[in-house]
Amino acid sequence: MRVRSLLLLSLLLVLLLPALHSALRGPGLRVATTTSLYDTGLLEELARVYREGGGGRVAFLPVGTGQAFLQARRGEADLLLVHAPAQEVEFMREGWGENRSVVACNFFVLVGPPQDPAGVENHPPLQALSRIAGAAGEGRARWVSRGDLSGTHLRERELWEEAGYDPENLRKEGWYLETGAGMGQTLLVASEKGAYTLSDLGTFLTYLRKGLVNLKVLVRGGKELLNVYSAIPVNPERVRGVDGEGARRFLEFLLSEEGQRTIGEFGVGRYGEPLFLPAARILGENSDPQLASWIREVALLEG
Amino acid sequence: MLELRRVVRRYGGKIALRGVSLRVRRGESLSLIGPNGSGKTTLLRVAALLDRPDEGEVRYRGDPQGVTMVFQQPVFFDTTVFKNVAYGLRIRGRPEAEIGERVRRVLSLVGMEGMEGRRVRELSGGERQRMALARALVLEPELLLLDEPTSSLDPPNTWLVEGIIREAERECTVVLSTNQPFQAARLSRRVACLFEGRVIARGSPREIVERPRWERLRRFLRGEGW
Amino acid sequence: MLDIVLRSLWISGTATLLATAWGLPLALLLGLREFRGRRALLSLFHTLMGLPTVTLGLLLFLLLSSRGPLGPLHLLYTPWAMILGQALLVTPIVVTFLCEALERVDPALRDLARTLGASERQASLAVLGEARRGAVLAVLASFNRAVSELGVAMMLGGNLHGYTRVMTTAIALETARGEILLSLQLAAVLLALVFSLNLAVNLLGRR
Repeated sequence: MRVRSLLLLSLLLVLLLPALHSALRGPGLRVATTTSLYDTGLLEELARVYREGGGGRVAFLPVGTGQAFLQARRGEADLLLVHAPAQEVEFMREGWGENRSVVACNFFVLVGPPQDPAGVENHPPLQALSRIAGAAGEGRARWVSRGDLSGTHLRERELWEEAGYDPENLRKEGWYLETGAGMGQTLLVASEKGAYTLSDLGTFLTYLRKGLVNLKVLVRGGKELLNVYSAIPVNPERVRGVDGEGARRFLEFLLSEEGQRTIGEFGVGRYGEPLFLPAARILGENSDPQLASWIREVALLEG
Repeated sequence: MLELRRVVRRYGGKIALRGVSLRVRRGESLSLIGPNGSGKTTLLRVAALLDRPDEGEVRYRGDPQGVTMVFQQPVFFDTTVFKNVAYGLRIRGRPEAEIGERVRRVLSLVGMEGMEGRRVRELSGGERQRMALARALVLEPELLLLDEPTSSLDPPNTWLVEGIIREAERECTVVLSTNQPFQAARLSRRVACLFEGRVIARGSPREIVERPRWERLRRFLRGEGW
Repeated sequence: MLDIVLRSLWISGTATLLATAWGLPLALLLGLREFRGRRALLSLFHTLMGLPTVTLGLLLFLLLSSRGPLGPLHLLYTPWAMILGQALLVTPIVVTFLCEALERVDPALRDLARTLGASERQASLAVLGEARRGAVLAVLASFNRAVSELGVAMMLGGNLHGYTRVMTTAIALETARGEILLSLQLAAVLLALVFSLNLAVNLLGRR
C-alpha cells in the first residue's frame, strides 16, 4: 500500500516536472511582437542563432501591435518588436522605452486575384487603391482588411486616407471585409473571396508556397509600402519586473553583424528572395541613400 | 364477418396461437376464456388487425377502420379526457362540432359526464378504463374487441363496465376475453375456450360454463388443465 | 454590439432548426423501429455529441475551401457555412435526446393510435406528440450548444466584421485586442442567454 502511493506520487512529480522546471526558470526574455512578423519564422531563426551563440532563451509573444504596447506598459514584456512608428514615437515620448532602434524593414505588397478585375497590376499604390475602390463600387472587386489595429492594418488605413478615402466609411461598404485576425487568416479569406488585400511579403510567400492561397502580387515597392521594424527595450526604471539587461543584450545582437546578416539572408533558401532587409546596416553604411532616407522618413527618426 | 383460418402466431420466441380457426358473425357477442398465456390477447390483436398471422389468414368483411380494440392495461395520451376520446374522430377528419357532440354523449354513457376537461393522468384506474371504452365507442365501431376489460377493476367499476358492454352489444359485434368464466356467461351468447394457443371448446354459455358438457371441460374449468 | 447578438441568434437559431428538420425523421427511424445495428447507431450519435468543435470545423473547412470538393459553392467565410457547421454539430444532440424521449413513451401507444384508426405515419406522430417534452429539451439543448461554440463559427465564418462575427468570435477577438470591457459586455449577454436556457432545460427535465 505504501509502495503504491509512493509510485503514484513519483509519477505525478515526473509529469509535473517539466511544468515546474519552466515555471521556476521563467520563459526567458519576453519579446512582444506582431503576428505577421512571427508568422514568417524570422523570429524563431533569430532566437536560435542567439541561443546557439550563448545568448540565452527568447520567448516571443505574437499578440499584435495594440496588445504588444499594452503588455509592455504592464510589464508583461521585456522588449517590443513592432512596426508602428507613430505609436512607437509616442511610447518613447512617454518614457516607457529606451534605445529604440530600427532593425529590419521590408515592403508591403498589394495582392489580389490573378485575374485582377480592377486592373491594378504595377500601378503605384495609391492609384491602385483608387482603382480597386472604383471597381468595387461596381461590384467587380472586393477588399479584405485585417481590421485588428495591427501595424499592417494601420498602414492600410493610412494608404486609404492618402488616396482620399475615409477608412471608417469604407468599413460600412459591402465590398470591404474585415477579419479582425492575423495576416495568414486574412490572406485565406482574401483568397476564398477573390479579394484584394495588403500583406507583408513574408506571410504571403509562405502561404503561397504552401498552396494555401490563389493570389498574386500586383503592386510592390514605393515609399508608401515601406515597412520598418524597430526594437524597443522596455524601460526598467518605468516598469517593474522587466529584464532590462536581457533586453539590451538581445538588441545588441539584433544590431550586430551576425544579427543583421541573419535578417538579410532569411528566406533566400526557401523562396529565392530575402523577406527582409537589414535596416540597421543600411542606415549605418548608407550604401543605398534613397532607401535609407525612406527608412528614416517612415520610421519617423529624427535627423 | 370476421374469420380466422388456421392462424398461427409466434410471440417472443413462443407459439402463441397454434392454428386457431374461429368465425364471428355480425351482431354476435363472443367471449374468450382460458388461463393466462393461453393466447387470448394474441388472438384479439390478430382480430384487431394489429398483428399479422405468421401462418393462416384473417378475413374481415368491412372497413378496417371499423375495428377497434381496448387493451387490458389502460393506455392514454398525456392530455385531457376530451382529446383522448376525440383522437379517433379527429383522425377520421370529422368536423369539430360533431366531435364535441359525440364525445360528450359517449362520456355520459360511461358515467363520466363533465369530465372532458380533466387530465387523464389524474384519473383513477376505473375512470381510465371507462375512458378507454368511451374512446373506442365514440367511433361507433362495427367490431369491438376488449382484452380483459374488468380484470384491473374493483367490483363497483366492474359492474359499471359490464353495463356499458351490454349497451355496446346492442350496437356492434363484441368479442371480449376474460379470466372469469361466469363473466363470459353474463355478457356473451357464445363462448370459446382457449388453452395453450388452441380453441379446445366452443358453444353457448350454458354448454361451456354453467353446465359443462364434457368431464374434461369441467376439470379444465376447475383449473386442472387440459 | 446589438447586431452581433442578433446575428448569433439567427445563425445558431437557423442551425438548430435545420438540425431539427433532419434530426426528427432520423430520430423517429432510430427510436421507433427495430433493426440490426440500431444500438450501434445510437451509440455513435451519443458519442458524436461530444465532438470537438474544431475537429468538425477543420473537416468542413477542408470540404468547403476553394481547393476542396465543395469549393465552387463559395460557402466558406459566409454565414451559411456557419449555419451548416453548427447544424451538423448539434444534430447528434437532437437525435440522441429525441430518441431517448421516444423510447420512454409507452410502446402500447403506437398500437392505441393504430387501433383508433391512425396510419403508420399518424401513429408515429402521435408517439412524437407524447415525447414533446423531450423534443423541446432537445431543441433548447441544441441551441445552447450552437450559440456558445467558438470553433465552428471561427473556422467557417472567419469572424468578418458585420458579416460573420458572432458573440463567441467577437469575444475572442476583443480579448486578443485588449478591449476587455467590450469582451465582458458580450460575455455577460452570452452568459445570461446560456443560463436562462439551461434553467429552462432543467425545469423541463424535472417536471
